[in-house]
Amino acid sequence: MSTSTKTKARRVSTHLKHLEAEAIYLMREVMAQFENPVLMFSGGKDSITMVRLAQKAFWPGPIPFPLLHVDTGHNFPEVLERRDELMEEVGADLIVRTVQESIDKGRVKEEEGPNASRNKLQTVTLLDAINEFQFDAAIGGARRDEEKARAKERFFSHRDRFGQWDPKNQRPELWHLYNGRKRKGEHFRAFPISNWTELDVWQYIEQEDIKLPSVYYAHEREVVNRDGALLPKSPYITLIGDEEYETKTVRFRTVGDMTCTGAVESPASGVQEVIEEVATAKVTERGGRADDKRSEAAMEERKRKGYF
Amino acid sequence: MSNVQTQTQSTNGAADDTGATYEDMDLLRFSTAGSVDDGKSTLIGRLLYDTKAIFKDRYEQIKQASDRRGLSEVDLALLTDGLSAEREQGITIDVAYRYFATPKRKFIIADTPGHEQYTRNTVTGSSTVEMIVVLVDARNGVLTQTRRHGFIASLLQIPHIVLAVNKMDLVDYSEEVFSEIQNEFRTFSEKLDIDDVSVVPISALKGDNVVEKGDNMPWYDGSTLLHHLENVKVDATRNTVDFRFPVQHVIRPDQNFRGYAGEVASGSVAVGEPITVLPSGKQAHVEKLQSFEEEHERAEVGDAVVLSIDDEIDISRGDMIVRSRNVPQTESQLDADLCWMSEDAMQTNKRYLIQHTTRTVQAFVTNVVYRTNVETMHREAADTFTLNDVGRVESETAEPLFFDPYKINRKTGSFIVIDPDTNNTVGAGMIRGKAQGVTPVGEEPTEEEEKTAIQTKSPNVVWEGLNIEREEREARNGHEATVVWLTGLSGAGKSSIGRKLERKLFDEGCQTMLLDGDNVRHGLSSDLGFSPDDRAENNRRVGEMARLFFEQGSIVICTFVSPYRKDRDFVRSLLPEDRFLEVHVDADVETCKERDPKGLYEKAERGEITNFTGVSAPYEPPSEPELVLRTDDEDVEASVDRLAALLEERGVV
Repeated sequence: MSTSTKTKARRVSTHLKHLEAEAIYLMREVMAQFENPVLMFSGGKDSITMVRLAQKAFWPGPIPFPLLHVDTGHNFPEVLERRDELMEEVGADLIVRTVQESIDKGRVKEEEGPNASRNKLQTVTLLDAINEFQFDAAIGGARRDEEKARAKERFFSHRDRFGQWDPKNQRPELWHLYNGRKRKGEHFRAFPISNWTELDVWQYIEQEDIKLPSVYYAHEREVVNRDGALLPKSPYITLIGDEEYETKTVRFRTVGDMTCTGAVESPASGVQEVIEEVATAKVTERGGRADDKRSEAAMEERKRKGYF
Repeated sequence: MSNVQTQTQSTNGAADDTGATYEDMDLLRFSTAGSVDDGKSTLIGRLLYDTKAIFKDRYEQIKQASDRRGLSEVDLALLTDGLSAEREQGITIDVAYRYFATPKRKFIIADTPGHEQYTRNTVTGSSTVEMIVVLVDARNGVLTQTRRHGFIASLLQIPHIVLAVNKMDLVDYSEEVFSEIQNEFRTFSEKLDIDDVSVVPISALKGDNVVEKGDNMPWYDGSTLLHHLENVKVDATRNTVDFRFPVQHVIRPDQNFRGYAGEVASGSVAVGEPITVLPSGKQAHVEKLQSFEEEHERAEVGDAVVLSIDDEIDISRGDMIVRSRNVPQTESQLDADLCWMSEDAMQTNKRYLIQHTTRTVQAFVTNVVYRTNVETMHREAADTFTLNDVGRVESETAEPLFFDPYKINRKTGSFIVIDPDTNNTVGAGMIRGKAQGVTPVGEEPTEEEEKTAIQTKSPNVVWEGLNIEREEREARNGHEATVVWLTGLSGAGKSSIGRKLERKLFDEGCQTMLLDGDNVRHGLSSDLGFSPDDRAENNRRVGEMARLFFEQGSIVICTFVSPYRKDRDFVRSLLPEDRFLEVHVDADVETCKERDPKGLYEKAERGEITNFTGVSAPYEPPSEPELVLRTDDEDVEASVDRLAALLEERGVV
């Protein structure tokens, strides 16, 4: 595009321009091909990036679909704070459904023991919410580089009536033609930032000057080292044996359920330092998540059941 | 890990005043094709590992897995396997996407398996790429599978193909083995419609020539695979000439604003330009081009924008906005190449859906012209297509599509076929043009078809041979006869170069003839206009005339816009191999417009000339010209010198 006449020119890297255009194209296809889409929002950096992309896709109109937060009840308070602030800024509709409700209704049973996590339980809450509102497309910020089970995921991912993903029965996606046709009761997941890597997301956050929850940047915090993961002190965690909290300068690379989101020791206090750190990182982003470590095929398992 | 460039360097760009610290990276999408046995997964693992795109925890995972399997080395192939079902079988079953980056470029790899459902997967994975890396095992050389991949690359019009001859370590890094495979593949690839073919000897296992050169093949002085990936020109598949804007979604925040959201599929447009909306044909002007909080003077191919116009026209999703003087073909009878992707065979009496740009219409396949045997590339008679079949079909749509041939515009020339009963994507199509009712292979044409088919109208004339052979004339002239064909946009400099070259050759004692577009149209072709059919006929006449001068021993210099590849290829087919030099006289259309020596662009822009190449008609650049002269970079003398040097090099003079 030729330089804007009305606002200052942004510095835009060519690869980000391609990725942004692809994501915007996807968002608009979802809006055009489905009747009742929803944007899944976790409060993390990918979700927040998705909100910016949705703003761009439909500007000068508002974001035309609601946002859905499946709340485990084990959130970082900083994440909720940023979430609420962001909703004010963009004027989006936010729907919150909690795992606690699902537990209270007897839809799911809380895990027990010191490693209890509500991550698996989110699936039921999410699918219940999709049913409740009759959403036919759920837009998510998952990326193919996050985990190898995702490398074959489509942009438009078909789910059967049980919300399940069948890796052997996915439609071929050719050129930029996305087939979102479905039977009644079925729905789709759509992943506009499939082709982005963690580094791309951070570079985009820098380029667009996107504000994230403070936990993404270095701060002092009490953490406990459990099997190599630095878990943050919270009301939802119980120490085992001779474990004890220690104060470290850390940041989080993902912000899921506090009970299973590991911190990394890091002095990176701003986006540029984070970019440098991500570029040289030795551990994958999800490597800090205790829930993925349970088995080699953990992610795939959850995906089949409809979590993603 | 080896000391190659790493992702970290991508953050080391000089800080500018906005404080940004990364350099501008571009993006290359490429696919990899080959079977498990060719070492494809190992190659991808090697690329990721040597460019440090692998994290420590992931490396630990595969190290553990390798240990469990009792392997002595870490199996890099394990990096790229995905689903547990395949892990059990030790194979990959679908297209998987991988990512890595170097300081120059981000790469998206579409990893396609070579065995089961090979065609479907290779077509899917390669539909968006600009390069395909085909693997062969050095011990086996070029196989039918290799040819199949080459054919698909050609069908999909992928501009660059790299043959990676892997497992060189298992043939003692033998130059001879490599040369043999290279020669065989190059001979084969001459039959393909691919611009750029490279062959690289590698060992994915040991790393030679993947990212680093290594010490084992000192005889190889070409580039490493990564060097190819980093330096190939990107965006070659984009059409920057013909403005096409398929409307994705209408944005209407309030009564005062109505904008059309979409991505510029090809070409560019500026505020104020006259546009036409298809299918209504209504006209207006571009009023605004906007993206998030920004307004633009111009939008180019690939830009996601919201376009608004100065008139109230009813426009909805599936409509296409184009420049008023450069419109696509609007047809409901399509001639297309089709790849079938479903277990259910194609049916010619079944209603399908065709999804094309942002439009979905009902369609029937009316005629199977032929099926291509992807291994021999022979055309076979067929009534239907089954899974993995590729061939040519004709179809009819319930409403017309607005398209350009796939060869000149991927975005407006591609479509998918959907089965409305299952909602599955069952076919992938590439449009050739309007269906002409071609007779299927293996059938006799009807009398009617005989009449309409393009054919020679004087079938009883026998070619007698020449009285005096060309060779005799050449011997007397002291130089060879040849045809130099200068093609390019009006104003690119064809005539200037042609005239100077002829003068130079003539002064050196050569027998020459200059055939110029305008002159021919004063006499020989004064009955013809500029429609594609008339251009083809004009081209045929010129070609035949060039051949006569050629047989008479001349160096024939032809200066014709000749925008269509098939027309130029026709002239090439009239002449012996190596006696037709296709020279692309290339300059930006903007430069040509500025030069506009005959004032034609101005007239064309005003709409006084229709079908004007570069304004209202397409130009198909040569895919493999003998020479390209960039006349916006060099002057006429320099171009003439380079042309004369080529003639000398070829032994013509």
